[in-house]
Amino acid sequence: MSKSDPNAPKRLALIASKGTLDWAYPPFILASAAGAMGWEVGVFFTFYGLTLLKPQLTAAVSPLGNPAMPMKMPFGPEGFQNINWPMPNLLMANVPGFEGLATTLMKQTFHNKGVATIEELRQMCVEMDVRLIGCQMTMDVFGFKREDFIKECEIGGAATFLEYASDADVQLFV
Amino acid sequence: MMDVIKEDQVLDCSGMLCPMPVVKTSKAIKTIDVGQVLKMISTDPGAPPDMEAWSRQTGNELLRSMQEDGKFVFFIRRVK
Repeated sequence: MSKSDPNAPKRLALIASKGTLDWAYPPFILASAAGAMGWEVGVFFTFYGLTLLKPQLTAAVSPLGNPAMPMKMPFGPEGFQNINWPMPNLLMANVPGFEGLATTLMKQTFHNKGVATIEELRQMCVEMDVRLIGCQMTMDVFGFKREDFIKECEIGGAATFLEYASDADVQLFV
Repeated sequence: MMDVIKEDQVLDCSGMLCPMPVVKTSKAIKTIDVGQVLKMISTDPGAPPDMEAWSRQTGNELLRSMQEDGKFVFFIRRVK
């Protein structure tokens, strides 16, 4: 109980509502950083964010709806890598296989720059006892079962998260 | 000339970006005794402000934050 006990650690309550590779990063980065600072952390995975609790992560990135997404090549000479390729959004999103290509490029770029993978960040969160709460309602809507998700997570609803968040120092929706 | 700080353990986070330097530091600090010093090396330009924030939040003392050979070097004393 964070605020009721002055000696309790700070608390972060996050909502992770998106399941693409790019949007998977912010909640896991913030959760692991807060855990590293000794804070209590809880993340509520709802709607498309729920799939981030599956054992095998398949998060991809789509240029569709991401008109500002910078696209750079993770290989070749530095000058080539620094080119920001203009991505005609609708055109590219309609090219078969382009989403897979964009996902591969983003993963490779992140790897080259020294960014941890989502799997690594999630494992850090598990090791730091971050509460990972899967949304029961989303499970029902999309037809998921408890065993579809990692054993380290718990399942709860809006009331579960709100009670936790009501005593948090920082609450964020991603 | 600054005093030389003697570290008890070294953690090299070269090549890692946020949040790995603070995550690795928080793990490493638990492996040394209270009063001992951890030297952390990073190439992340975001590390200096992040390590200061981490130090304030955890209560562990950031004895020195400096640049050396193009890298960021931190000396942290475990306080609790």
